[in-house]
Amino acid sequence: MHKTPLLDQLESGPWPSFIKDLKRVAARKKPAADLLGLLERSYKDKITHWKHGGIVGVLGYGSGIIGRYTDLPEEFPGVEHFHTVRVNQPSGWFYTTKALRELCDIWDEHGSSILNVHGSTGDMIFLGTTTPELEPCFAKLTAKGWDLGGSGSAMRSPSCCVGMARCEWSCYDTMDLCYEATQNFQFEMHRPSFPYKFKIKCSGCPNDCVAAVARADMSVIGVWKDDIRIDQAAVKAYAGGELKPRGGATPYAKLDVQADVVALCPTACMAFDGKTLKIDNKNCNHCMHCISLMPQALRPGTETGATLLLGSHAPILEGAQMSWVIVPFMEMETPYEPFMDLVANITEWWSENGKNRERVGELMLRLGMRAFFKGVGLEPPPQTVKTPRANPFFFWHEEDFEAEAAGRKYIK
Amino acid sequence: MALSKEALAEYIYDMVAKAQGKKNLKAMDVQKAVLKEHPDQNKNDIKFAIKDLIDGGRCVYTYFGGSYIEIPHEEGAAKKV
Repeated sequence: MHKTPLLDQLESGPWPSFIKDLKRVAARKKPAADLLGLLERSYKDKITHWKHGGIVGVLGYGSGIIGRYTDLPEEFPGVEHFHTVRVNQPSGWFYTTKALRELCDIWDEHGSSILNVHGSTGDMIFLGTTTPELEPCFAKLTAKGWDLGGSGSAMRSPSCCVGMARCEWSCYDTMDLCYEATQNFQFEMHRPSFPYKFKIKCSGCPNDCVAAVARADMSVIGVWKDDIRIDQAAVKAYAGGELKPRGGATPYAKLDVQADVVALCPTACMAFDGKTLKIDNKNCNHCMHCISLMPQALRPGTETGATLLLGSHAPILEGAQMSWVIVPFMEMETPYEPFMDLVANITEWWSENGKNRERVGELMLRLGMRAFFKGVGLEPPPQTVKTPRANPFFFWHEEDFEAEAAGRKYIK
Repeated sequence: MALSKEALAEYIYDMVAKAQGKKNLKAMDVQKAVLKEHPDQNKNDIKFAIKDLIDGGRCVYTYFGGSYIEIPHEEGAAKKV
């Protein structure tokens, strides 16, 4: 074992430390021992000693394996090769203990035994193995029904919230869409052919538990079209303190319906006279604040589907961008043909027009929403307008003149 | 004129071999180059020609900040384990 005085300090705090975990693995696995030594060395030198990328993979796949090497192989031979294997997670991250044991046994045999559960894309991450172990490890995984996830300039493993499995607010079956999208885009996941990464994340309601709006190029967020369902008796029970706000998940014992719900509605579309709660549903922007506070009194409507948003990413230099509404409402019913077709159109437009390492959101901003909608064959809905017009110029296109000649009328 | 399946695979292989060490080619670069010379070639044919080259081990995907298609070669960073 290497001496690790700097890392040892990380064990002194009140929280569980990854150093403690790694030391436990290091007692039986040389790569984990050398990983600690290398990390200590990086803390001292204040630079990374890893190189990543390269040629490694399994036959036929361009994704799922990320090559990693150290530049100090003589000093730390256990991490000379330390490749990462991404294993596609099940929808909603539901594992049986048997499945987890299978995965751990495979990784004990073919790798360092170190796991990351889960990576930010959602995959189960196996950290650290050598090139000769990749094919045997992959063979064992596939024999048990597992597959590799996406990496590189490819469709990444779609991920979703637990959806209808555990949540009554889910406006569509997130787990089913996630599974179907994973099956539908197998080619795009395993054979990188995009300008850069492309992530799909599915949230069942606007609470957005997988943070799709900030973390996915294609964010699919459940929403309802009709009115919020109200149980007025339960509203009274909240007002009277008989029901705890947020199902008891707050330090506050009693809800002040006027101050905590009505006054905090972002569109001011609610009113409460002490007895009855009224909602002007056409002005509701589906933020879920009221529903989250009074789950037994308010529920999403019954005409449900999803809003599709595009483009979030977080580049280091230019700052983060949230996804932008491109389809305000789409019904989400198996086999999700309109959704799959739209994703295929978007990735084709992006692949045709995108620069190397340009995310689809960056391309959308570079070429503009007009070019985007035309390119992917979508009608531009008003919900996509980010700001009102701020300059007096209007750029007419040839087809606008043709449409006028053919009788297009404008609203005055 | 569109190329046959075999001729297309050879055409792509030659393109990748010529670019080796000079320019990293992405799948879309390959597609655009094929369509420039053979505008009537079906895009799916190109996708599957690349797949055949990869599955047959004649080409490999590599990752250097982005994913590229290359001829198999010795990994520079790797020492034999």
